[in-house]
Amino acid sequence: MLWVSHMIRIRDEKDRAAFAELFDHFAPRVKGFLMKSGADATLAEECTQDVMAALWQKSHQFDPTRASVATWIFTIARNRKIDLLRRQRRPEPEDLPWGPEAEPDQADIVSLQQETEILGTALKSLPSAQRELIDKAYFGDLTHSEIAAQTGLPLGTIKSRIRLALERLRHTMK
Amino acid sequence: MKKMSDKINHHLNDAVLMAYSAGTLPEAFNLIVAAHLSLCDSCRAQAESFDALGGELLSQQPDVTLSGNCLSSTMDLIKGSDIVVPEAVSDTKSGVLPKPIRDYVGGDLESVKWKPIGMGVRQAILPTTKEASARLLFIPAGTAMPDHGHQGTEMTLVLQGAFQDEDGYFARGDVEIADSDLHHTPVADIHEDCICLAVADAPLQFDRLIPKIAQRFLRI
Repeated sequence: MLWVSHMIRIRDEKDRAAFAELFDHFAPRVKGFLMKSGADATLAEECTQDVMAALWQKSHQFDPTRASVATWIFTIARNRKIDLLRRQRRPEPEDLPWGPEAEPDQADIVSLQQETEILGTALKSLPSAQRELIDKAYFGDLTHSEIAAQTGLPLGTIKSRIRLALERLRHTMK
Repeated sequence: MKKMSDKINHHLNDAVLMAYSAGTLPEAFNLIVAAHLSLCDSCRAQAESFDALGGELLSQQPDVTLSGNCLSSTMDLIKGSDIVVPEAVSDTKSGVLPKPIRDYVGGDLESVKWKPIGMGVRQAILPTTKEASARLLFIPAGTAMPDHGHQGTEMTLVLQGAFQDEDGYFARGDVEIADSDLHHTPVADIHEDCICLAVADAPLQFDRLIPKIAQRFLRI
């Protein structure tokens, strides 16, 4: 929840102090993620700056009923990684823009954020062999047929939350 | 925007959705996943929950030291782009091709540069990286594709009409995942010409000689 309010301050007030705090927390992790994915330190740092700048510039696209701040930063970093390290386009699904009156419900934000926290705790307590399989899927070069998608993690609750958020978006777009 | 179809019966599997979220699929496969997610909210929600897993993995990365001026360089990047470029008007008109495919074609169906490949079947290869190929197929209503097997993985997403094969009936939004053990003869439904996006990480293997020779020239 902490980071969601930072994002809203960045979006609505261009709040630099909020951005600096968010940067201190996430930028070193983004750099670590990119290095684990195969970038050297210099490239990873350049790329981290791009990712964090994109977070500021695209703050109006952040939807806290569908993603935590960490999730959203992950998607930006992943796309940058594909662009830079794999040198290819990343096709994305058709955008579902916010309608003018579709300000999200606070309760929906809280539930999604809480369930993402539960996921994080579950991830930490996974047996190391299982955790390694997930790391390999995200940081290694496993093909989809080598991936073991049975994670034993509570993803179902998050999926239902996102599903509801998508339905609301489609409803307001009519 | 077309009404979201509740009638999708054939979905992507978790391994493909996780690889899409992780960003490790070849470009052609990313394209078919993005196109299916544009038509299927259930798979989109599942893909976004795999993004949540990616976010938690990112959060749990050990900190790596940044250079001293990293934040100020980032602020410079932001300042340099403060003159906001107005975002392209969201292209959400309804059509046959979902947006991710329109981006590759440069428009909807009328912009596809079809090439005939025999028996009334037409194809258009889309420009992706070479690890895997993506092509649009036009199969006239009632036509059977030559019987073929697969070396790698082939995925087919129906965009218009429908086809039937040994695995079932596939209509708009449905995706068939065929691995090397599937040998099939898809037949387009009689009611409408069928248009599909097909991606493969290895060339198809046709059973009859003539398509096999043609394959070398047509890159199918």
